[in-house]
Amino acid sequence: MTLTPLILQAYRQPASLPSLSLADWDLLLRQSVAGYVQAGLLVMLEELDLLQRLPAEVREHLEWARTLSERHHQGVRYEVAMIARALADCGLPLILLKGAAYTMAGLPPARGRLYSDVDIIVPEASLPDVEASLMMHGWAATHHDAYDQRYYRAWMHELPPMVHVLRHTAIDVHHAILPRTASVRPDPDKLRAAAVPIPGSDGLHTLAPTDIVLHSAVHLFYDGEFDHGLRDLVDIHRLLLHFGRQPGFWPALTARAVELELARPLFYALRYAAELLHTPVPDEALQASAAARPGPLLLRLMDALFRRALLPMHPSCGDAWTPAARFCLYLRANWLRMPPLLLARHLFHKAFLSPKEDKQQ
Amino acid sequence: MPSLSSLSRRELGAQLAGDGIWLQTGRFVARLQSAVPGVADGLHLLYGDYPLRDSQGFADFHLRLERPKNLRRWFRPQVHMRYDGQADFLPLPYGHAFPMFEWGLNWCVSSRANRYLIIHAAVLERDGHAVVLPAPPGSGKSTLTAALAYHGWRLLSDELTLINPEDGHVLPCPRPISLKNASIGLMRGFLPQAVMSPPVHNTEKGTVAHLKAPADSVLRAHETVPPAWVIFPKWQADAPPTLTPLTRAQTFIQLAENAFNYDLLGARGFDTMAAVIDGAQGYQFTYSRLDDALDVFARLAPPAL
Repeated sequence: MTLTPLILQAYRQPASLPSLSLADWDLLLRQSVAGYVQAGLLVMLEELDLLQRLPAEVREHLEWARTLSERHHQGVRYEVAMIARALADCGLPLILLKGAAYTMAGLPPARGRLYSDVDIIVPEASLPDVEASLMMHGWAATHHDAYDQRYYRAWMHELPPMVHVLRHTAIDVHHAILPRTASVRPDPDKLRAAAVPIPGSDGLHTLAPTDIVLHSAVHLFYDGEFDHGLRDLVDIHRLLLHFGRQPGFWPALTARAVELELARPLFYALRYAAELLHTPVPDEALQASAAARPGPLLLRLMDALFRRALLPMHPSCGDAWTPAARFCLYLRANWLRMPPLLLARHLFHKAFLSPKEDKQQ
Repeated sequence: MPSLSSLSRRELGAQLAGDGIWLQTGRFVARLQSAVPGVADGLHLLYGDYPLRDSQGFADFHLRLERPKNLRRWFRPQVHMRYDGQADFLPLPYGHAFPMFEWGLNWCVSSRANRYLIIHAAVLERDGHAVVLPAPPGSGKSTLTAALAYHGWRLLSDELTLINPEDGHVLPCPRPISLKNASIGLMRGFLPQAVMSPPVHNTEKGTVAHLKAPADSVLRAHETVPPAWVIFPKWQADAPPTLTPLTRAQTFIQLAENAFNYDLLGARGFDTMAAVIDGAQGYQFTYSRLDDALDVFARLAPPAL
């Protein structure tokens, strides 16, 4: 890659944005749409009080994005209230993950973010109770195929996604943050035990600040689909800017990563946030996380893959190797998710048996 | 700013096949690229009055129509539409390229410009008052719009009524009027002087042809207008022209049902819709003859508020 994409420059030096030409803005806006960060760009410009210095054409597009993002926020708040009502009798603290957690706790990545579902985490023993309560309140299971049911229930870290029959909104009920079949298994009891209440809310919780960052990192760097890669990296960037100001955060983050067996994804998160978005990460934290770096050859490979896959899916942000990089990361995610024999069996079923069953139905 | 008619058909084709043209329709600028002759033919015929913007500037939408690079380039050839490089649209037969461009540009506006309340409705203006004509396909909306646009009314849009929540005004987006099936022949007879694109058969909407928007409406596309009437037209064989007032609640509900993004705008959508209803009178209108309809519309008086 020769030129730094404009969308990365925007996060590195937002103060320089008002001096962009209209032609540059044309491209930057398109990159921001492809990367799912256009409304986030608007928020950043507002926070820095730069919006009024932009050309009218650009402000117009950002206002288009604002409408969508405000509607998403309203929708998430409503959805969380409905979930809290449905689970009121389960006697559990409602622990929100990812986007819904950012929104309800008012964390910086929430502003301008778009959502596809709400994620919560509950104790494994409570899954039947939680699932039944959600069904009583209108959420229905998806993935009715027997194999998919087994895939989720026996091997994964979440129930098959549930969708509300009237609102068509989705919820992912997790009992852990990585699959049962993964070689790394961060202890979910530790995550839930450290959860913190959201001040002023009625019983809502988020993970602890360190764990929010670690979950964001593991979600991005262990997953196989990078459509939202840039958006997720920007989440990490904004979380680190926010929590990084709290005293003691960085040593706690690197220590907690080791405790939860998540030092490798944290290494990647800090490396690529600092490299691509110029996130300020203290040297001590970089050094501490470097203990989990892969060997030099593997690191060169991962650099080649992530530096491509973390950019928006836009013709201006890719090269001839981008599709291959995304495909390799898709394979890697499956590799991380299951041991080799199980993976072979799973891929065989998905490739040859599932299509046949679909046809028979 | 030069208009598209400053280019010869050959120059237009060459620009479209190269960097493209930056075409202004209403407040929107679309960068359009296509080496497909049908697209250049349609633009040359119907878009001569539209301004072209500086190629180094800014486009709201980037559309490209192209032939596929596979077998379907030659065998039962198709045309693909790409929005900013992404092909999220089903390919269509090669001969449908120009209607596909028209639908594509409508899609761009209705799915992206969410700052505005967007209603699936035709809209025209007379003496500073806009009439909004929401109606399902088959109700004769475009036929009526075409007749009005050439008889004393300024065309603001045949398809998309954009209401600015800040002032409640309609934002014009005048484009060629899309005529379907029997109304193509009808309009040839009714408006013999108007320019129409050659009919394209067997599309999803049947046979379609596009009628050129009057030059005056294209040149005045920056003039916004408040809505004064919301009229739900319905063509019915042998029916006498009947204009029936609707209650404010009926008008509100029916108009909201025709909106693309009422839900997306949340409370702002409700407030904007309410402002339209406060300033406009709603009617149901049944007719069979265009001349009757023109008479009724000519006698519309703005509501006393």
